[in-house]
Formats: sequence, C-alpha cells, structure tokens
Amino acid sequence: MMSSEFFTTWFLPGIWVTIQVTVYAAALGAAIAFGIGLARTSQLWIVRFLAGVYFEIFRGMSALVLMFWMFFALPFFGWQLVPMWAGVSALGLTYGAYGSEIVRGSLAAVAPAQKEAGIALNFTRWQRLRLIELPQAWPEMVPPFNNLLIELLKGTALVSVITVADMTFAGNLLRLGTNETTPVFTLLLVLYFVLAFLITRGMRLVERRAKAGVGQRPQKTGGITSRLSSRGESLQAGSQSAGGM
Amino acid sequence: MSADTPLQNDHDGNENPPVDGSELIRFDKVTKRFGSNVVLDELDFSVASGKHVTLIGPSGSGKTTILRLLMTLLKADEGTIKVNGDYLTHEEKNGKLVPAGEKHVREVRKNIGMVFQQFNLFPNMKVLRNITEAPVTVLGLSKDEADQRARELLDMVGLGDKADAYPTQLSGGQQQRVAIARALAMRPQVLLLDEVTSALDPELVAGVLDVLRDIAHTTDITMLCVTHEMNFARDISDQVLMFDSGRVLESGTPEKIFGDPEHDRTREFLSAVL
Repeated sequence: MMSSEFFTTWFLPGIWVTIQVTVYAAALGAAIAFGIGLARTSQLWIVRFLAGVYFEIFRGMSALVLMFWMFFALPFFGWQLVPMWAGVSALGLTYGAYGSEIVRGSLAAVAPAQKEAGIALNFTRWQRLRLIELPQAWPEMVPPFNNLLIELLKGTALVSVITVADMTFAGNLLRLGTNETTPVFTLLLVLYFVLAFLITRGMRLVERRAKAGVGQRPQKTGGITSRLSSRGESLQAGSQSAGGM
Repeated sequence: MSADTPLQNDHDGNENPPVDGSELIRFDKVTKRFGSNVVLDELDFSVASGKHVTLIGPSGSGKTTILRLLMTLLKADEGTIKVNGDYLTHEEKNGKLVPAGEKHVREVRKNIGMVFQQFNLFPNMKVLRNITEAPVTVLGLSKDEADQRARELLDMVGLGDKADAYPTQLSGGQQQRVAIARALAMRPQVLLLDEVTSALDPELVAGVLDVLRDIAHTTDITMLCVTHEMNFARDISDQVLMFDSGRVLESGTPEKIFGDPEHDRTREFLSAVL
C-alpha cells in the first residue's frame, strides 16, 4: 500500500495543484463567461456576432486537444507556456464559453418589466445592467455555475497529461510504482467526489446569500445534512436535492 | 369627428388652473402597428401642462400604447411626439428629422415618470433604495438628500415604516404606493399611470387611489391616466378622452363625458363599465 512519505511528497501537493488549477481556471472562465455573456446581449450586432463566434468555437473544441495545442504547438509561434498555465488557459477558455451561455440565459430571463421600470427612471443601459439586471440574474446563475464548476474540477484531471503534477498525476505515478491500481484509482475517485461536494456546499451558501439579496426567502436545500436533522420532510426534500445536485 | 383635440381649449372652468397652460405633450399623426393590427391610427392629441387627463375606452383601443410610446418603451411607426416642444425620439439634423440618440432621448425623457400596472419594483433593493437609486445615479443627488426626500415621499404614501422592507414583503397596494413614490422622486413634469389598480385585490384599491387623489389635488404635476376606475377618473380629471379603434372618439370634461356623451359608442362603453 501507499507509503506515508509518498502521500506527503506527491499526493498532498497534487491535491493542492488540483485546487489551484480549478481556482485559476474558474477565475479565467468567470471573467470570460461574463465578458462574452454580456457581449452577446449587446445592441451592436458586430459585438454580438464576435461574441457568438467565440462561443461557438470554444464550445465545440476539445479541452484536451486545446491543452495539447497550447502546450506543444504554441511554442512554435514563440510562446512557451508553463505547463500549468497552458492547462489553466485551455480549461478557462472552454469552460468560460459554456459559462457565457449561463450569463446570457440568466440575463434574458430577467422580467422585461424590470427593464421597462429602469427605462422609466431614465437609467442608462449600463446602469440598468449593473443595478437591476445583473443583481437579479445572479441568483439564477449560481446553480448552473455550481454544475459547471464541478465539471471544471473533474476536467482538471486532463492537466496530468501535460506533466502538471496534480492529484491524478500523483495517482498515476503511484500506480506505476506500486501496481496498486484498484486502491489508487478508488482513492482518486473519492478525492474528486469530496472536492466536488465541498464546492456544492460552498455554492449553496452563495446561492442562499444571493437569493436573500433579492428578497427571496432562503430555500430549504434538502441536502443530506438537513435530511439527517429533520427526517419528517425527507420525501419532498429528497426530490429537490436530486434536482439540485 | 376630428381626432385633433387640443385639450387646453376644451377646458372652460378654472376650478383647477393649469400651471401655465402651455402645451406639454403633443402627438402628431402617430401611427403604431403590431403586425397588421393598427393600434394607433394617425393620432393627434395634446396635453397642457398641469392638467389631469384620463384615457378611457375598450381594451385594445390603444390607451396603454400611448403611455408606452411616451415612456419610449415602444417606438412609433410613423409620426412624432413632442414633450415641452422637443422631439422625444427624433432630432433635427440639417433640417431633417432623424432618430435621436440615447443622450437626446434621456434628456427629454427625464420629464416623464411612469407607474405600472404590475408595480415593477426592483426586488433586489429595499424600499428606500428603490426610491433613492435613480435620483442618486441619474440626477446626481447626494445620498442624504435622496434619502430625506424618499422618506418624505414614503410618509406621504403612508409607508414611512417600510423603508427597510424588501418589496416582496409588502402587499400589492403597498408596493404600488412605493412605486408612486419612486416615480415622484424623479420630480417628473408628467406622471403616466397605466391601470395602476388593475392588479390589486379590491380592498387595496382605495388606498392607492387616495394617494393619487392627494397628489392630483395638492401638486401641479401633469397626469396622464389609463384607468377603469370611473369614479376616480371623474374625481381627478380635467379632461376625459374616449378612445376607440386607435382614435379619439370624443373628449371633454368628466361631467360632459360621463353625464352627456355625444357618441352612442361612448354611451355603450360607459354603461358596460359603470
């Protein structure tokens, strides 16, 4: 089985690298999601068009191949990226494209009457977006962003193939060294699940705060923890959490 | 009957003298179509400043469309609208009328406020900020000034204790009174009221109408009002316009329209709603 020395020299740093790649790619992806998502609601057709082109191209691209391209092909154009940044860029660019659809859709779902009230108070378009539309769209964005963030977390395993020492990389090393295939990959599955679960709990908090910010009552989430504490309403809560997770 | 109805000439009494009687709003041959449906048909009409004008008529006769055109929520297909003598959505360039830019539209639009059927308060802001946000952001008032003014307005509509509530915590009638305060905080010259009690439970209607009566009788704000509350219309109006098929069928004082209308169509409509 795994030696504790191997765990501390490879696995722990690997977990930390996975978290770093997730956070950086999420930050890049969020910036792109909002930038492209807002651009796709622009009044100028050329802005909408270019943002749409970005969305279609990066949505249709394999993150893994893009990562290879950035790692192996970009140096030919005189641009050598550190492996981790090649991975972060590839993930951020593709997941940002998915995220832009969430931003665009949530903005489109804000009641048109809210926009009209903003016009009646003579706000500019940008003021309406900043003060009315984005704050109201935000609570609707959080659950799909949660899904996307978990997809991103699991997608970070791809960086192991371009020599970034994340936890999948560490797992592979360990397997090669020990031949303990089953325990190693079982451990990896559990680790990804635990990280994903932590993200979900965190995003629940964000969602509750976001909903409180638009005057909605925080919803009973019906997650496992609340089901343990109140078994009575488990039936209804269970079906809600199945939809939410 | 001509659709051209200069309201200021029809008003004979002086029980509610206009601010200065000048023309505040003018529609000139305004046509609005939705697909093949002509909602407004070369409509001409004007409103003098300080007047309270009520638009009545069967649904689909274009009353709400007039308010939405004035608020620039809709675009006219043909014709022009002037507010204070300025084109609302057009600019004169080299002697030609061209669609106006955002800056021009906002400059003219700042004179107009609107209260909606569904209140349309901002759910992401507490009551006080619903009222202060536009005065601070759009008019550049200081926060203290805007707060003070908002609290005065909340007192006026009887909701002085609700400043820190979210809109969803209020009843429909309370929300609508906040919406009235929010519109007034921008100090518009003209207030557009679009069926403001239609979405309310019957027992909440009176409170909203009382607030509006109060405003009508104590301020010199111009009101353009679409309503099915005929008693309210009779109370506050200087002028009632009967619409049918996108045109003004007849207009006159409330006494005349409700008491002795010229047209059978008006008589039919009134007997159906009164």
